[in-house]
Amino acid sequence: MGRWETLLGILFIVVFVANSFLLPNFFDFYNLADSTFNFSEKALIALPMALLIICREIDISVSGILALSSVAMGLAHHYGMPAPGLLFVAIATGTACGFLNGFLVTRFALPSIVVTIGTASLFRGLSSVILGDQAFTGYPQLLVDWGQGYFFDVIPREFVVMLVFAVLFAVLLHATSWGRKIYAIGNNPVAARFSGIAVNRYRLALFMLTGAMAGLAGFLLTGRIGSTRPNIALGWELEIITMVILGGVSIAGGAGSIGGVLLAVLTLGMVTYGLALANIPGIIMTIVVGLLLLITIALPRLLRR
Amino acid sequence: MRWMKHREALLALLILVLIGVVGLRAPLFLSLSSMSNVLTDSTLLMMLALTQMLVIVTRGIDLSIASNLALSGMMTALLASKFPQLSVAVIILAALGIGLFLGLINGWLIGYLNLPPIVVTLGTMSVYRGLVFVLSGGAWVSSRQMPAAFIAFPLTHLWGISHLVWLAAIAVIVTWFIARYTHFGRDLYAIGNQPVAARYVGIAISQRLMWTYGLSGMMAGLCGYLWVARYAVAYTEIAYGFEFTVIAACVIGGISIAGGVGSVAGAVLGALFLSVINNALPIVKISPFWQSALTGIVILTAVVINARGNTKNGRQILSLQSLDPSARPLQSKERETV
Repeated sequence: MGRWETLLGILFIVVFVANSFLLPNFFDFYNLADSTFNFSEKALIALPMALLIICREIDISVSGILALSSVAMGLAHHYGMPAPGLLFVAIATGTACGFLNGFLVTRFALPSIVVTIGTASLFRGLSSVILGDQAFTGYPQLLVDWGQGYFFDVIPREFVVMLVFAVLFAVLLHATSWGRKIYAIGNNPVAARFSGIAVNRYRLALFMLTGAMAGLAGFLLTGRIGSTRPNIALGWELEIITMVILGGVSIAGGAGSIGGVLLAVLTLGMVTYGLALANIPGIIMTIVVGLLLLITIALPRLLRR
Repeated sequence: MRWMKHREALLALLILVLIGVVGLRAPLFLSLSSMSNVLTDSTLLMMLALTQMLVIVTRGIDLSIASNLALSGMMTALLASKFPQLSVAVIILAALGIGLFLGLINGWLIGYLNLPPIVVTLGTMSVYRGLVFVLSGGAWVSSRQMPAAFIAFPLTHLWGISHLVWLAAIAVIVTWFIARYTHFGRDLYAIGNQPVAARYVGIAISQRLMWTYGLSGMMAGLCGYLWVARYAVAYTEIAYGFEFTVIAACVIGGISIAGGVGSVAGAVLGALFLSVINNALPIVKISPFWQSALTGIVILTAVVINARGNTKNGRQILSLQSLDPSARPLQSKERETV
């Protein structure tokens, strides 16, 4: 583990200890477990987003993809698709959206930030075209089970799903040649290309992976809130990118780890939970997250001067 | 530079064609009052796109402008409701000052600490937006709490043209002059084209960047007051997501996100284009739900068109096949661009 992860680990412990001293009900196990609902879906998208950013790309359209996947599920459900099929629909829609992003980025050599700002508008726009001022509701029990359900009546299923994927992504990024190549591309795309890595194929695959994970998150979120509305997951892309950067992934590409991202997710989760217990409104959280982000990136620079 | 001008002429032509086509379906759209409506509607987007253009030219991006706008707008609204005797001129100066200060924070972090613009402005965007809530306590400042002169200013007419349009025109001229005729403006293009070379020729990059983000913030501050006064309400969610619309206008105007390329005409035309589309939709009876999807399609089309010719392939001297006999045929690899 690098220095950044150590710092994050210390920060996590500090937050945890501070919370348990300041807040009398902090160690209520059921509350603590329930607090994971707040970040599990975002974290699921943060994992592939970390890979994208390490690869020097970015995806602003993830919350648009999530919305469109949820709308596709709603449509499929409306036309009588059985519950397990909805998961397939969500992931397929997400993958297709990711393919469009990746295709535009790789085929026309466009900067991904511009492409995904465009597709973000497109995906969310299509959702609102299909939905109008309606909402899809009345989803089957299976979605509710996975969105709001628990394993052994205590551990939220979403959290377990997130942890499983975190392990999968960690193995993929840190223990396979596929992962090494992502770092190589992020460090120097031209050199990576000339050393025989099919750079564009990796980029396309990562965009599709991100889309698929956004689709999965859409499945879980739809089940958790039980409805699809046009403003579902609005503004999530920036929170997700914040998680990734706070996790030590360099926006310039080539550096970062899944462990760091997971630590950042858990730390932010603890901060949110603490603030919620202290009855501080959610929007104050955005100040805390913003300041955390600014301080963590500015502090090393200031100290080095 | 001739082909650049050509591209902007093309965009202008496209806007005229769009107006003409919509006018054929609904002649009402071409009336003077409707056209001046479109122009008034485009002003805030246009002003923000102008300074965002300068930022993007330096290879940067300012995601915090919509939050800055909301915070400046809320602060001026609160100021005006607490001290109704303040003149509009003082309010505007306050808005400019607040915006400038918020922008300079971005600029200092980016220019002097060398932090990536996207991360810095992502952070300040959250902070500024949160501060709007803290300042207002989550409450709305409604038209009843604001002085009449405060609300009336943006849409008051001077010589038949609203103040909003006058201000936008001044902003266009000032930005054009800065970008074209000042050392400051020319340096921004140098920084965007070749940061390393710019440093070697002695351009004070840190200082230039700081004031570029300062300008962007100052414009957001001014637009904050104008926005709040025009719609006669201030609340936490004001202009939520508007930063992406502004960047979209720049992208449509041919301003390259990779830096070094961009013109005032591009920013103005990009903003006009988006405003014409948004105003035309209800007139040709397309559901407003299509607005966002159409905007997305327009952005994507614009970037794809702009990208043609920008794809520089690295030259590969040794074929991959010659290095590794088991490699796939060269054809399929050659098509990949790095």
